[in-house]
Amino acid sequence: MTAGGPDDRGPHGGGDTATGGVPPPWSRAAAVGHGEPAADDPHHGSGQGGAPSSGASGADTSPSMPPPSGTGGPAPDGSASNTPTGTTGPDEPPWRRLPALMLVVAPATALLKLAPALIVLLLFGAGRGNDVQLWIAAGIAVLAVGAGVVRWRTTRYRITDERVELHSGLLNRQRRSVPRDRIRTVDLTAPLLHRLVGVSVVKVGSGQSAGKESGLDLDAVTTAEAERLRRELLSRPGAPARTGADAPAGAHPSAGADATGGPGAAGTIPGTGTIPESGAGPAVPAGAAPEPEAAEEIDRIDWSSLRFAPLTVSSLAAIGAAAGAGWNLLREADVDPRNLPGADVVTGGLSAVPIWASVLVGVLLLLVVMVAGSIVLFVERWWGFLLTREPDGTLRVRRGLLTRRSLSVSEQRLRGVTVTEPLLVRVIGRGAQAGALTVGLAGADGEQSHAGALGPPVARAQAHRIAATAARTGTEVTAGPLRPHPPRARTRRLVRAIGPALVLPVAAGVLVHVGGPVWPLFLAVLLVLLAVPLALDRYRALGHRLDERYLVARGGSLVRTTSALRRDGVIGWRIRQSLFQRRAGVVALEATTAAGSGAVEVLDLSPADAAALMAEVTPEAVTGLRA
Amino acid sequence: MTATGPVTTGDASLPLPLRPPAHQVDPRAIWWWRLRALPFPIVLLVAQGVGWYFLPPRPWHGLLIATITLTVLWLLVEVLVVPSLRFRLHRWEVTDEAVYHRSGWLVREWRIAPIPRVQTVDTEHGPLQQALRLATVTVTTASARGPVRIAGLDADQARELARRLTETTGRHPGDAT
Repeated sequence: MTAGGPDDRGPHGGGDTATGGVPPPWSRAAAVGHGEPAADDPHHGSGQGGAPSSGASGADTSPSMPPPSGTGGPAPDGSASNTPTGTTGPDEPPWRRLPALMLVVAPATALLKLAPALIVLLLFGAGRGNDVQLWIAAGIAVLAVGAGVVRWRTTRYRITDERVELHSGLLNRQRRSVPRDRIRTVDLTAPLLHRLVGVSVVKVGSGQSAGKESGLDLDAVTTAEAERLRRELLSRPGAPARTGADAPAGAHPSAGADATGGPGAAGTIPGTGTIPESGAGPAVPAGAAPEPEAAEEIDRIDWSSLRFAPLTVSSLAAIGAAAGAGWNLLREADVDPRNLPGADVVTGGLSAVPIWASVLVGVLLLLVVMVAGSIVLFVERWWGFLLTREPDGTLRVRRGLLTRRSLSVSEQRLRGVTVTEPLLVRVIGRGAQAGALTVGLAGADGEQSHAGALGPPVARAQAHRIAATAARTGTEVTAGPLRPHPPRARTRRLVRAIGPALVLPVAAGVLVHVGGPVWPLFLAVLLVLLAVPLALDRYRALGHRLDERYLVARGGSLVRTTSALRRDGVIGWRIRQSLFQRRAGVVALEATTAAGSGAVEVLDLSPADAAALMAEVTPEAVTGLRA
Repeated sequence: MTATGPVTTGDASLPLPLRPPAHQVDPRAIWWWRLRALPFPIVLLVAQGVGWYFLPPRPWHGLLIATITLTVLWLLVEVLVVPSLRFRLHRWEVTDEAVYHRSGWLVREWRIAPIPRVQTVDTEHGPLQQALRLATVTVTTASARGPVRIAGLDADQARELARRLTETTGRHPGDAT
């Protein structure tokens, strides 16, 4: 880290054009390479011998480089703090590095993930006098630490007026860049290890349907920095972009740029601008006087919701996955549960009782494990749950016991709300779960079933209330009466449910015919009979309504979903009619939207209703097409 | 619209009360669909021919005759019937307000994309389409339910359509979500 002269800093305009120095193959890096010391990235350093270092030593938690100034000179003072001073003008903001704490966290996380494999390797390798496995384990550990160091050294990020950029990697160098006007969600996640040392992962979601490639993960920055990033990235266009005290003052004239440029326009929704409150929801505080700083609480954890935990399918599935993983681990470790001490006693005891009793005991045990497991998962997932509306106009869900999560959704991206009722939660618990229809939440990450959830399952009335509050509607938009669909839709539900199910009795009958047992036939007939109430329930669920601001549609039996999509959130229509639907005289209408899974479906309504609905929601587009 | 109106009972034979889109696709698209339908059934037929040659006749040949008959029937339907059916049903139209497209033959599909919500307009030409001077115009919106794909257009017409659409949508600001 030598304090080299500023001769290497070509007088570049701070933009994409490289006017001085060695032009690297990537355009942006031209501006990048000049503004940083060699120590920051050895690869850039190689291209420019004595690159200037401005005293970045000792800036471990937030080493920020002075931005390249437009006049070509170096920044007046080496900034080892979060606030690079004296750099005004239209320049690039400084690159920031991850806190040094990540030197500990990243390898530790990697090792923790590998821990089961390592333990197995050591336990079952060392015992047999086989040193190779020991060496492999040590090698893995060293690699993990090394990778952590390399990642820390090579990762840099910054937020310019237009985009968020993240560079990382040594061999597989990655350059991620997300336009700021495309940012839909900012998700802060702090797994246990991260929490212990006070850092958080920042996930920036841009909501392009391209999925994984669209976002950007910053793993990780200090929790205070993460909070600052969240505020900054979700700040409304038109509002002062930096509000935090640690923001570089005056370095980013983004407030003006956002208000006039493309990012500002992104917030306004083209199309049906006549709906009174359509775009006004998020816009009201923007035009108003300085808003109150306190966040408005919408909902918080109510542990009576715990009664829904064993009723949700997703938690059952999670338990199944966990059990499968455990079983796999045992098998990997060459541990056969039958060989465990005590297994003989258990099996011996079991063989003494009649078979139905042992089956009963087994089922009961399984039930107990499932209930206990689902409760544990529920507690982990929803501990400290808090749903708020932040002063900057975002909806924020905070939750998590071990892994602390904070999901923020810009209200400008909110297109509607949903209320979901899984069968068991609905029938046994009379509960429901409120959710948000948000642009950019479709493929958020692995937690597909919880993408957009605004809280745990709660009593049905409460869920409707939360949805209404989140959508800023006076009435409970998801709860009102719906227009039922024609009786032909019921016939179709019945046919659809029973038809495929009939295969089972037929197959069982054939089995009986060739001399098989009779009980599968009974079972199959029972299943067919079960399909009838399911079909009727599905028909009862069907319904839709169009009110002043929302298109409301409901459907589904195993998971009944009521979606309220804002009229101005409809970005197109898709109507499908299969051969059978044609005979029945119904169509399936989908109002496509940028939010959620891409569409809200209104199933099996009469064609005339479909056309009327479309014409009312998007009159300009559809009126000319009516027969 | 009232929330709880009477249950609607339309005539079962009632079609969608929207007029069909104005334009048909290019007649050469029939040949495109025909040629596209060929490879898979033919591969199946060849495989079955190989089976006929190598497998013992006693249990197999009867079965093979049945499957080969079915495959040939399928091939004939796909090549002789379906393409002209598609040609009758596939229609498209671009008004000042919307892109309107109808497709499908077993499952019919209507798509309407209001112009202000169109994000990108692409044309693509596969090798087969190039040989027939055809093109597909893909109109993307922000929805995850897929783009509107108008297939089987004359290549020049497609280019002109894409140009016009790009120009029209360029007039609408915002990110169309």
